[in-house]
Amino acid sequence: MTNPNPQSGSPDKEPASEAQAAQNALGNTERAEVATEPDRSAAKPGPEPEPKPSLGRLFLDNLWAANTFTVTLLSLVLAIVVGAVLMIISDPDVLSTYSYITSRPSDAINSSWTLVSEAYANLFKGSIFDPEAFSGWLDGANGWQAVLAPISETLTYAAPLVFTGLSVALAFRGGLFNIGAQGQATIGVIMAALAGFLLPLPPGLHLLVAVLAGALGGAIWGFIPGILKARAGAHEVINTIMLNYVATYFLTWLIVQNGVQDPNRTDAISKAVDTSAQLPRLLGDNLRVHAGILLAVLATWAVAWLLNRSTLGFELRAVGANPDAARTAGISVTRTYILIMVFAGILAGLGGSNMVLGSTASALTPLVVAQIGFDGILVALLGRVKPWGVLLAALLFGALQAGGNRMQSYSGISLELVTVLQALIVIFIAAPALVKAIFQLRAARAARLQTSLAKGW
Amino acid sequence: MSTMAVPDIAVAPVDEGFWTRSRKVGLTLLALGLLSAVLFGALATDQQARFTLSDDAAGAALEINGTIGAILFGIITVAAGAALLAGVPKRWFLPVLGVGLVAFVLSFLCWQVSAAPTGQNFMPLVNIIRGTFILALPLIFGALAGVLCERSGVVNVAIEGQLLMGAFSGALFGSISGSVWVGLVAAAIGGAFISLLLAVFAIRYLVDQVVMGIVLNLLAVGVTGFLYERLMQTDAAKYNSAPRFSNWEIPLLKDIPVLGPALFRGNIFLYLGLLLVLVIHIGLFRTRWGLRTRSVGEHPIAADTLGVKVLRVRYRNVLLAGVVAGIGGASYTLALYSFTKNMIGGKGFIALAALIFGRWNPTGALLAALFFGFADQLATYLGAINSVIPSQFLAMLPYLATILAVAGLVGRVRAPAADGKPYIKG
Repeated sequence: MTNPNPQSGSPDKEPASEAQAAQNALGNTERAEVATEPDRSAAKPGPEPEPKPSLGRLFLDNLWAANTFTVTLLSLVLAIVVGAVLMIISDPDVLSTYSYITSRPSDAINSSWTLVSEAYANLFKGSIFDPEAFSGWLDGANGWQAVLAPISETLTYAAPLVFTGLSVALAFRGGLFNIGAQGQATIGVIMAALAGFLLPLPPGLHLLVAVLAGALGGAIWGFIPGILKARAGAHEVINTIMLNYVATYFLTWLIVQNGVQDPNRTDAISKAVDTSAQLPRLLGDNLRVHAGILLAVLATWAVAWLLNRSTLGFELRAVGANPDAARTAGISVTRTYILIMVFAGILAGLGGSNMVLGSTASALTPLVVAQIGFDGILVALLGRVKPWGVLLAALLFGALQAGGNRMQSYSGISLELVTVLQALIVIFIAAPALVKAIFQLRAARAARLQTSLAKGW
Repeated sequence: MSTMAVPDIAVAPVDEGFWTRSRKVGLTLLALGLLSAVLFGALATDQQARFTLSDDAAGAALEINGTIGAILFGIITVAAGAALLAGVPKRWFLPVLGVGLVAFVLSFLCWQVSAAPTGQNFMPLVNIIRGTFILALPLIFGALAGVLCERSGVVNVAIEGQLLMGAFSGALFGSISGSVWVGLVAAAIGGAFISLLLAVFAIRYLVDQVVMGIVLNLLAVGVTGFLYERLMQTDAAKYNSAPRFSNWEIPLLKDIPVLGPALFRGNIFLYLGLLLVLVIHIGLFRTRWGLRTRSVGEHPIAADTLGVKVLRVRYRNVLLAGVVAGIGGASYTLALYSFTKNMIGGKGFIALAALIFGRWNPTGALLAALFFGFADQLATYLGAINSVIPSQFLAMLPYLATILAVAGLVGRVRAPAADGKPYIKG
C-alpha cells in the first residue's frame, strides 16, 4: 500500500487486462514520480527514482485515499449502515417511536440503537468470538468447544465459498465470466455423493475418490461452455446461466430415482454418504469444521501458483488481457478457453464435494448446494479476483453466514439480511467511485476507480 | 454473438458449399421425424388420442388413433425435413421448419395422450392454451424488459430482480392501499427502482453490467425476502393480501371456440402483455425513438456524432425496462398468488433465455416465451397423466434450446453490437 509503484499501488487490479491497467494507472496518476517512469518492468524490483517520503507520512496519505483497503472497509461500513436502516424500517415497534421523534428524539434513537446493536453483536458473537462462552469456559460452565464454535461455523461456511470464488476468479483472469459455478458445483455434488454411497471402497481411498469425482463432475460441466465458446463462439455467460438450471433440474430428477433415493424416505432425499467418504472433522465431533477448509487453503495456493508461476497461468492471463495479441504471440486461444473453463469447473466441483462430504449435509437434497455458486461470484469480486483475496473474502462471507444464523435465532433478524449485506458490499466495491464520492476520499495515486470487465454478450 | 471476436473462434464461413444451414436443419428434422414415426409410433397405443375443445373429457374433440397419429405426424416431419434437404427458397425456410416442428410435437402428443390411462386419454386444448399464456406472461414482460434494455446497449441480467421487486411492491402497496391500481403503479416503480440502480451503476459508474445484474438479483432476493419475513409473515392481513384484478371478458372475441375462453377471458396483464409486444415492436422499428434506441445499441459513437444523447437514451430505456418488468412481476401478486419469498424462482432467467432465443426482437421474444410457457404447461399436463417423461426434462427444455440457439445450431443469434459496453463520451 505504501509502495508508489503503480502496479502494487492499485491492488484492485482489473483481472481482464493488465496492460490496460498499467495505462489507466499512468493516466490516473496524480504524482509525477510515477508518470515519469515509463518502463514499468524496470521500476518494479528496482529502487525508487525519487527519495521516499517518511513512512508515517505515506501511511496518513494513504489512509484516506481511495485505495483497495479503504474502499473495501468503507464498503463494509456502508453496507452495515444500509442494513441497519432496513432493520429499523421493518420493525413496527421501533418505527412507531419515529412518529413523535420531534418531541422525544431519545426514544427513537435508543430503541433503534438497541435493535441494531443487538443484531450486529449477535452477528459478531455467532461468527468470531462470544465473550459469554469464554467466561463460561473460565468458570468451567462449558467446555473449550463453545469458545471455538463461532470460528468453527465460520470456517465451515467459508470452505465451499473459497472453491467457488476461486473458480469464478480464475475464469475472470482468463477473460471469461463463469456464472456457472452453481451448476458446476451441482454436478460436482451429485458425482461426489454418488461415489460416496455407491462405491464400496476402503476408508481413505473412498474419500479421495469421492472428492475427485466431484472435481470430475465440475470439470464436465465447465467443459461444455468452454468448448461451445471456443468452437462456436457462444457466449459463456449465457451458456453457464442456462447450464445452472439444467444441472438443478437434473439433480431434482436424480434424487428420486431408484438406487439413489433413501429407501426409507418418501421425500426427495438420497441415501447418505458412507462415513468412509466423509471429510474428517478437525476439532472433534461437536464442532462442524472439517478438513475442507484445509483443502481450500491448498487450492488457493495452487491457483495462486497456477496463475502467477506456471506457463498455463501466463497464457491464461495473456488471453484474458488481449486475445488477439495472445493469438499473435502463438498462444492457442481456443485451447486456453477450454482449459480455463475446465479448471474453473474442477474448482467449483470441489466446492460441491465440500457440501456433501463435509458436515453441512451428508445426502443429496434439492437444496444441497445452497447458493455457493452465486455467492462465489460475489466472493471473487470482493477478493479482487486474486487467490488470497478470494480466501479472505470467503472467510468474511462465511462469517456473515455463521453470524447470520445466530442473529436470526437470537434477535429474530431474518437471515436474508446477510444476503442484502453481501450484495451491498459487492455493489459498493464494484463502484469505488461511488464510495469515493460519499466519503470525499482523495484519489489514490494510481488508483483506477473503475472496474470495467465489461465486454458485453 | 461474441463481441470478443477472435478469428480462430469459429465464424460462419462465407461459402458454405452444399451443407448450408437450411440443409443441416433439414437433416436434423428428417432424423427427428424418423425417430418420432418409428419410436413414438411403436410406443403409442391403439387408444384414441383426444384433443378436446372444451374443458372436460366429453364435448367436442379432435380424435385420432394414437399409433396412426404418431406415425402420420412423424411422416409429416420427415417430409418437411426432406423438403429442406432438397432445397427450398429462402423465404419458405421458416414456414417449412415450423410445420416440421409442430408435426413433431403432435406426434409426441399422440403417443403420450394415447398411452395415458383409459379415461384420461384426452388433452383439454383450452386449458393447455390458457396455461401456456399464463405461464408465459412473466416471461413476455421480462423478455420485453430485456429488449428495451439491451437494444440500447445495456445488458439486463437483472430481469429476475426487477420481476421480484415488482411482485413484492405490488403486493405490499396493493395490500396497504387496498387498490389494485396503486399496487400496479407501485409494482412499476419497484421494477424501475432496480433498473435505476442498474442504470446508475452501469452508465454512471461503469460497473460491469453482467456483474451488476447478478448482484442486483441477489439484492432483490435479499431485500424482498427480509421484508417479507419481517412484515408479511407477521401481519399477512395487512401487508400481504393485495386485491386482485378480475378477469375481463372481451365481447364477441370471447365466443370464438377454443381461443375465446383461453385468451379473451383473461386479466389485464394478458392484454397488456400482448399489447406491449405490439407497441414495442412498432416503436422499435417504426419510430424515431426506436431508431435512436437501436443506433445507440449498435454504434453509440455514430449516434452521438449525429446528436443523439446516448446516455439519456440508455437511462430512459433501462428505466422503461424496469417499469415493464415490474408490471410483469405484479402479474403474479395482483392476479394469481400472494407474495412468497423468491417467488419468481428463475423465471427472470428463462425470460433472458426467451430474449436471446427470440433474437433481441419483441415478436421473437413473444414466440420464444410462448414456446417456453408451452413446455412448462406440458410438463404439468404430462405429470397429471402419469407420463413416463420426467417433468424435469421438459423443464430443462428452454435452457437447452437456448444453448443450442447460441451455439449456432438453430441459426445464428447476434446481440446488439454495443450491448454491454459502457459508453464514455469524449
